[in-house]
Amino acid sequence: MSLQVDDLRVYYRTLKGDVKALDGVSFSMEDGEILGLAGESGCGKTTLGKSLIRMDGRMRHIGGTVELDGRELPIGDDRRMNDFRFREVSLIPQYSMSAMNPTRKIGRMVRELLRSRGATLDLDELESRLSLVELPHAVLDRYPIELSGGMKQRMVMVISTLLDPSLLIADEVTSALDVSTQKAVARALIGFRDAGFVKSMIFVTHDLALTSHIADTIMVMYAGKLAEKAPATAIVKKPRHPYTKLLLDSLPEVGVRYTDKRLAGIAGSPPSLLDPPAGCRFRDRCPIAGEECAQEPPMAEIEPNHFVACWKA
Amino acid sequence: MTALQEVPAQDAAAPAGVRREALYFALRNGKLLTGFGIVLALLLLGLLGPLFLSGTGSEYGTQPMQPPSAEHWFGTTTFGQDVFTQFVYGLRTTFVVGALGGGIAAVIAMLVGFVAGYRGGLVDEILNMFTNIVLVIPTLAVLLIINAYLGVRSVGAQALFIGLTSWPWAARAIRAQTFSLRTRDFVDLARLSGANTWKVITREIAPNMSSYLFMTFILLFGGSVLIASSLDFIGLGPTEGTSLGLMLQNANQWSAMQLGMWWWFIPPGAGITAIVGSLYVANVGLDEVFNPKLRET
Amino acid sequence: MLKLDNVTKVYKVGAFGGKVFAAVDGVSFDVQAGEVVSLIGESGSGKSTIGKMILGLASITGGSITVDGVPVKPGKDYYRHVQGVFQDPFSCYNPVFKADRVFRMIKEAYYPQVGEKEWDERVRSTVRDVRLDPDQVLGRYPHQLSGGQLQRLLIARALLLDLKLLVADEITSMLDASTRIDVLNLLAELKERGLGVLYVTHDLSLGNYLAERTVVLRRGTVVEMGVTGKVFGNPLHPYTRQLLSAVPRLHSPWEDAAPMQTCHYHENAASGAMFEAEPGHLVACAQLDACPQ
Repeated sequence: MSLQVDDLRVYYRTLKGDVKALDGVSFSMEDGEILGLAGESGCGKTTLGKSLIRMDGRMRHIGGTVELDGRELPIGDDRRMNDFRFREVSLIPQYSMSAMNPTRKIGRMVRELLRSRGATLDLDELESRLSLVELPHAVLDRYPIELSGGMKQRMVMVISTLLDPSLLIADEVTSALDVSTQKAVARALIGFRDAGFVKSMIFVTHDLALTSHIADTIMVMYAGKLAEKAPATAIVKKPRHPYTKLLLDSLPEVGVRYTDKRLAGIAGSPPSLLDPPAGCRFRDRCPIAGEECAQEPPMAEIEPNHFVACWKA
Repeated sequence: MTALQEVPAQDAAAPAGVRREALYFALRNGKLLTGFGIVLALLLLGLLGPLFLSGTGSEYGTQPMQPPSAEHWFGTTTFGQDVFTQFVYGLRTTFVVGALGGGIAAVIAMLVGFVAGYRGGLVDEILNMFTNIVLVIPTLAVLLIINAYLGVRSVGAQALFIGLTSWPWAARAIRAQTFSLRTRDFVDLARLSGANTWKVITREIAPNMSSYLFMTFILLFGGSVLIASSLDFIGLGPTEGTSLGLMLQNANQWSAMQLGMWWWFIPPGAGITAIVGSLYVANVGLDEVFNPKLRET
Repeated sequence: MLKLDNVTKVYKVGAFGGKVFAAVDGVSFDVQAGEVVSLIGESGSGKSTIGKMILGLASITGGSITVDGVPVKPGKDYYRHVQGVFQDPFSCYNPVFKADRVFRMIKEAYYPQVGEKEWDERVRSTVRDVRLDPDQVLGRYPHQLSGGQLQRLLIARALLLDLKLLVADEITSMLDASTRIDVLNLLAELKERGLGVLYVTHDLSLGNYLAERTVVLRRGTVVEMGVTGKVFGNPLHPYTRQLLSAVPRLHSPWEDAAPMQTCHYHENAASGAMFEAEPGHLVACAQLDACPQ
């Protein structure tokens, strides 16, 4: 088991009170697993990704533990986390375009980065990885501005995995890209896992269809909590949580036409995380909610590896 | 931040109209009230003070080098001049120079900045070139020449000259800000609502940077005060009357510091600092009033 | 109704405008009243430039754009009939004003003679038309509303006018999946009211869901266009095929289309030359057999 998250709580401190962005999240990941983390804006998926590597100033670690390869990650301690960042846990940010220093040639930047982490550059290894993501070796002599969006994204991917981290967090890496580039980047991610450059990966996205192509397991979040976690095919073919079902129903597939089949969104909006309601957080928008939903549903394993937090599942 | 949702505010009884609403919050903003309060107090002192004082502060008195007392609130100079009277008249001059110089500079800066930033293209190129030319004019050297040939020695002329030379950096700042606002969709939307260039600038772009503009004015105001002081210091100030800068110059010239006459140089220095500083505090408050996001948290 | 004829947009680039770059090159298509046409392209295809040209927000270098025979002329009269909704709802509202100011601007410019009370009633009923509760959305600041609510308010704003054509530029790309589809359905309802809608998007599945006809753009030129079912059901141009194959689908794995190769006819053809492959289906390539699959 590579990653084990137990009852993780991370709140945002605001003047109006604590925003409970992550409110008791538990899950685990196997070695070699790609976990797709899906959900809508404000569900806490980005917060989860961030808390595993770097909390920003307003985030506070309230409770829960994170264990990576049997060692506990000091996620609330920014300085002690430094030993883990890049070596054990690494991140590909959403806007890689701005993650690179525009005044340095890429090769020099990589060398400086590695030196600051006390590692030396293995040029052959770097070049072989560049080939894997189909980047020419000449990119090392270029400035970031000379690369297209997809190339930058892949370059950052190579850089952030150079030290073979155990866990890689890819935060919305494809959402700013065109469909054809998106596909290439997604495949490169899978290639990295297959080549063993990263042991496991969390792929954060709002695009369920895309996740289903990359991830082994998909985890759906809603309003700071987990709704459902299951193998990718199970989520797509046999979703059990009403939120997952409605979300899937609202996706127009190629071939579905307005005139033939009118899709519907989910009425209402997620609850405020400043003062979330008791019980199931999806209750207000849920078509099948009943009285028992006033109690918070536990995460239950209804089938092997298929976890759902719903009384009606 | 995706994790932070907007929570609808509960101010259901918000007063109608943007202006009334701004006023509503302005009256409840401590920074704004404090800042403006101090400036207003100093302004009133400068405006009304002379009515209650005898003399203009330049007359020599019989009690030189007196520390502050009931008779001479701020003490007297080496020549027996009353420092308080000088201070009051100096405030007047300083406000005039600041408001006039800062005002002229702000108007030019806004005109150039808005037009260059919004129009772009050739208009921008020309205005930008003009801005850069004025920017590199050595103010002091030119003033020396003008002074030598024309003998400009009134406060108004000094303010005019400062205004005409200190706008370029502000114009560039406003231009840059306009440039980034121009590409925002709400400008397009205003155009789709039939608004012309003038309307877009005054009703969409300017309100968005109102606190920025005010800040610019404050900095220009403060800058004018400081430039005027330094001009006074090298003897290019107005010959009639006095100013806070002239007071500092005199204090320095007659070794007030070495003689321990702190009452001579502290009031003018503190006056300049108080005016510029409290305007800055007011600006921070104004930012909160105009920006509804800052206001709520 | 909307007609684009050989439209071209050229930008001058380089220090002294020495080089030219054609963002849009010889594009022709039309939008009829009561239909949604989706304009599909990736970044750099010129799709947003076309939207901006139709709205008079960007100048037209060559060719003509007309609405009911009248060329684009930015101004009150033109915008009475042609309106736009843009990608980022948060950037469409001036953050220092309340969101319903967008309605106020319409009233000041177009309906100054209408009484306050009547106007208020009109706004409220239009807001209800876009499935919003007027009491929940009016009188609030943009940051207090959700993206979906803001986009609907912008559609309502356009509906207050005597609207004939709506240009919807990527209006759903910043919205969540669960609210996005409702905004799309709203566009479909506009069409049923007899409006023409140009839906600009990069998302093939959304375009396919909504549009009667589809125009596929690549680097400023139309590569394929026609009835949506035919374009997506039987894609002929290699670029369209490549795009379709890259769309992630829920229930089937990614398929691999042959890599895009140069379609010689198209690269050399005069701009705007299209070949009718079947009725209502045009492709920018006359030698389909010679094209790589």
